[in-house]
Amino acid sequence: MCRAIAPALVIAGCASAARASLPASIFAPHSTPAREEHQLAIFVLWIALLIFLGVGSLLTYSILKFRARPNDDTEPPQVFGSLQIELSWTIIPILIIAVLFLGTARVLFSVQDAKKPANALDVVVIGHQFWWEYRYPQYNVVAANELHIPVSPASAPHPTFMKLTSADVMHSFWVPQLGGKTDLLPNRVNEMWIDPQSPGVYVGQCAQFCGPQHAKMLLRVSVDTPEEFNAWIKNQQRTQAELAQAQVALASVPNPGNQSKGSVPPNSPPTHGAVAVVPTEAPDNAINAHNGQIVFEQQACINCHAVAGTMANGRYGPDLTHLMSRATLGSGAAQNTPGNLLAWIADPNTFKPGCLMPAMHLNDRQNAQITAYLLTLK
Amino acid sequence: MADQSYPVGQGVEVTVERSPARGTWLEVVHDWITTVDHKKLGIMYIAYALVFLLVAGFEAMLIRIQLIKPHNDFLSPYTFNRMFTMHGTTMVFLVGMPILFGFGNYLVPLMIGARDMAFPRLNAFSFWISSFAGLLLYYSFIGGVGLSGTGSAPDIAWFAYAPLTEKAFSPGHTTDYWAIAILANGIGSIGTAINIIATVFCMRCKGMTLSRIPLLPWLYATMSFLVLVAVSPLTACQAMLLLDRYLGAHFFDTQAGGSAILWAHFFWIFGHPEVYVLVLPAFAFANEIIPVFSRKAIFGYPAMVAASVGIGFISLGVWAHHMFTIGMTSFGNAFFTLSTMLVSIPTGIKTFNWLATIWGGKIRFETPMLFSIAFLFQWVIAGLTGIMLSVSAWNWQLHNSYFVVAHFHYVLVGAIVFMIFAAIYYWYPKITGRMLDETLGNWHFWLMVIGFHVTFDVMHFPGLLGMPRQIYTYEPDRGWNTLNFIVSIGGFIQAIAILIFVYNMVHSYFRGDDAGPDPWDAWTLEWATASPPPVYNFAIEPEVASRRPLWDRKHPEDPDSAFE
Repeated sequence: MCRAIAPALVIAGCASAARASLPASIFAPHSTPAREEHQLAIFVLWIALLIFLGVGSLLTYSILKFRARPNDDTEPPQVFGSLQIELSWTIIPILIIAVLFLGTARVLFSVQDAKKPANALDVVVIGHQFWWEYRYPQYNVVAANELHIPVSPASAPHPTFMKLTSADVMHSFWVPQLGGKTDLLPNRVNEMWIDPQSPGVYVGQCAQFCGPQHAKMLLRVSVDTPEEFNAWIKNQQRTQAELAQAQVALASVPNPGNQSKGSVPPNSPPTHGAVAVVPTEAPDNAINAHNGQIVFEQQACINCHAVAGTMANGRYGPDLTHLMSRATLGSGAAQNTPGNLLAWIADPNTFKPGCLMPAMHLNDRQNAQITAYLLTLK
Repeated sequence: MADQSYPVGQGVEVTVERSPARGTWLEVVHDWITTVDHKKLGIMYIAYALVFLLVAGFEAMLIRIQLIKPHNDFLSPYTFNRMFTMHGTTMVFLVGMPILFGFGNYLVPLMIGARDMAFPRLNAFSFWISSFAGLLLYYSFIGGVGLSGTGSAPDIAWFAYAPLTEKAFSPGHTTDYWAIAILANGIGSIGTAINIIATVFCMRCKGMTLSRIPLLPWLYATMSFLVLVAVSPLTACQAMLLLDRYLGAHFFDTQAGGSAILWAHFFWIFGHPEVYVLVLPAFAFANEIIPVFSRKAIFGYPAMVAASVGIGFISLGVWAHHMFTIGMTSFGNAFFTLSTMLVSIPTGIKTFNWLATIWGGKIRFETPMLFSIAFLFQWVIAGLTGIMLSVSAWNWQLHNSYFVVAHFHYVLVGAIVFMIFAAIYYWYPKITGRMLDETLGNWHFWLMVIGFHVTFDVMHFPGLLGMPRQIYTYEPDRGWNTLNFIVSIGGFIQAIAILIFVYNMVHSYFRGDDAGPDPWDAWTLEWATASPPPVYNFAIEPEVASRRPLWDRKHPEDPDSAFE
């Protein structure tokens, strides 16, 4: 009953506009930590409400009752104190606090000290100004900004255990429906776990001020069915050989003229050569994925971004290997559409002023070529 | 009667009538700049703080305009970040502390029957170094992209978490201005704290034993001890930050192995007691105003003193409740949950004692009492949301959300600012010799109450819906649009209330009714001298026989001194 009434009670003050998005609130939990925190919240809210009603009505009563009457200049009887009364309002709060503390401690220990089951998914979350990096050590996958995890139904639990750290300043990982927030600190690894019971996309965002674009460091957690998740992982693992071959297929008019063996780093995967030897007759400046890749690799892009299977192995910005499998750009700053992608490359600061990717001042053709290339990164 | 030995409204006024022969403006300025009189310094602190209240309030309005709708581009992200950093820093360091120190400076010597503070020159030094801090902080607006681009003002949030403040992430001089301003302000605060402690414990008039000190000086002494203990680590960590930035130290420089948590500990070991540094004077005002307007002695004086000192002690052991999400052990979280909850016991005692003071009284609803009553309700709510935040497992959700912003504005505005207004209405006649206008006071009060609740009651909800603080914009699909709109409207209502208040202050200074020495029929010693008091406060040093010397004098048939 508590759980049914109290959200209504708390949200009652909000207009219907707020109710429309109630699923994003901490009162619509979809994961065990969030649910336990929610139940505790309801418990505390009831106690607080009772205290407020008690004290508030005493205050209201005394203000209404003990108003000065006009033309009454006499002083009321002077009372200096009463040991019994004062003891009573010392001891009763102590009892209330004991109850509150025990209730809190139960949830605190059960969430924070939960044992990690053998089948748990490990994810390393690394906060960056102003985006998220996710690593799946069990699958050798690196992703950015959109976290994919499997659903964890009560019948077949499959929780996700996260290790959180930061590459630069402090950040905080917060998806209200899945659990409370945990800070990400440089030189330190924090831990948290979630086990969302129903598939869907859950939103959240960075909750620790981290610089100019703190506001647009949004989080999307896609909770997938086991099949979807496996398919997603498979696609993310499809890096080197498969990706290169896909590029061969997609590079409609590749151009070997600009491909120099010398530009390939010695430790580059051998499949890279497959791209280099594809014959072509198109001009150097044609707008296609192949030329886009060349521009991408010749400009500064690869200092910051990685694309598995190519010479791009920068780690400062998000890994772009599967860029087109993501719904948004710039950590939620814009929808991931070809138009937005082109505009983003031309000047990321129009979407996300203060973001650390500079406008590269390329010409329109080069921007279009890079876009054509990035659109192949699925 | 022992209390016949000091003057009450006799003899002294003659010397303090507004002199028609004022000096030239240069003489007046010289007089104020060189003064070591605790009353003039107190007035200067209050005036300085009120100017910054308007400045920081203006910054708050800019913040609320930016957030009135999603995807607003009224302010750039850079400007918005500077605005909330300067708003928070200004409100805490350049408004809250100076205005409370100002009242302390003005009232403490008067209420204990002293002629000045213990160290008048240290007092002047403290004021001037604090005001230097304010000027320095605001000087940072000039330079860089200049005033319209808001220059190089700090944009690191008021708690300035490491390592965002390190050179690598905050190039330029914004953070230096911030750190040096806080450092200078800390020196002034510590000077004032030492002064208040020495004054309360060494300068009391004859007969004023520890158990007869009015509650206001008692709470100011407690608050000053807290300042000594809490501001020192703040000053130390500013020095460490500057060492990092200029001399290559690595205290907080995580890229060289420094610790981000170290700063958090240093900051909150100041930052939490700071809340009580600000709220204890607000309690002190309530302790003076509520009894006078209920016509009853304060209920449970010893418990009130003990609770205040207890709050001081406990508040030193709760700082890490600001760090429940930073990755402490579960036992650490549990410890700070419990210690934080313990604060509610002494604060509960105080609240119930105020209730008992009102109970059976004859309440007069003049403006100071209106603000005090609103304070009581708002303080109860602020305390309850405080309890919610202390519940560490729930705090993981609430931390750094708008729920927290709502909670601490309930404390800082709903309790502290409301009691500052009450105090200004209550002591303005003493300070200026003129009453504030009651009609305007009522307008101010009602608009303030309505604006406050529209703003900060509603502000809890975006927090529960997942809105973090310190974001310059938000997506329209998150369900925060209507709520933010309402909050912004509430902010404007409060701004109008404050403009009415400012007009009242200026208008009443020239046109207000004459106050006389004791307009509220009060009981403590400051009302025993003229309004405004002469430079030497008391022609004859008073002697007291109870906590309410003027009650004894006014009611010789039923003196308090008979019960003590």
